[in-house]
Amino acid sequence: MIEQDWIWGFAGGLMIGVAAALFLLVNGRIMGASGILGGLVDRSGWGNWAERGAFLAGLVLVPGALALAFWPGISTNITGNWAAIVAAGLLVGIGTRLANGCTSGHGVCGISRLSLRGMVATVFYLLAGGISVVLFKHLLGVI
Amino acid sequence: MTRALFAFFAGGLFGAGLLISGMTDTNKVQGWLDVFGDWDPTLAFVLGGAILPMAVAWIIAERRARPALGGDFPAKPEPRLGHNLVIGSVLFGAGWGLVGLCPGPAVASITWGGLGGIVFLLAMLAGMLAAPGVRTRIDRLAAA
Repeated sequence: MIEQDWIWGFAGGLMIGVAAALFLLVNGRIMGASGILGGLVDRSGWGNWAERGAFLAGLVLVPGALALAFWPGISTNITGNWAAIVAAGLLVGIGTRLANGCTSGHGVCGISRLSLRGMVATVFYLLAGGISVVLFKHLLGVI
Repeated sequence: MTRALFAFFAGGLFGAGLLISGMTDTNKVQGWLDVFGDWDPTLAFVLGGAILPMAVAWIIAERRARPALGGDFPAKPEPRLGHNLVIGSVLFGAGWGLVGLCPGPAVASITWGGLGGIVFLLAMLAGMLAAPGVRTRIDRLAAA
């Protein structure tokens, strides 16, 4: 399975990268999920709400339609631990806005531009992610 | 209208890529982050695959005056590493590892993610709403 996983991962990664490239070269925008969404939430991005809204509509509807057509019974396999879900959601929301970016903004758009901020952010969220899995999965066993 | 159309297309392709890569499967993502356990290096292929076309796009952008639909290319931010970049990234990574969803996949999987996905997204939006206040407090602490 792992042999197939990396091929799917790479193919999906290429699609993510082409989407980011189009959004930059056509719309002149950075394709950062937390920034596009966060700007609507805290009103800082209301000046171009239609562009943000259209991006988010595509982000919901296209994978939704694909999943419906090709992956019946697909699951995110999310934990059943509600406290963990709420805590993680809050951490991801606050953290990505404090850092001004997430996996797409810092990881994909930042690193590809050799941005020091993007590289430092990516090192820290990957490290914290790894430690979090060790702590909550292996040591505490809550997920 | 054209801007919104291309934004919809970019968002859709992004979402399709997230689905196909496995980024919306929290079990896989947690396995990819599990560097101290039974690590699966697929995440490196996802990130690497995404960075390649985007690196080409940045090179093209440097040679062009404007994006195809007008306006300006985003300016490169000051290479300053403030405390919020580090604190924010650590908090984000902790949450990502805990449940296995980052912002893009959390939105992309909302139609099939069930109640857990909806609660995660709502908590994430609440966190984004609270972030400016948290930032002010951290900055005040840092200045003191």
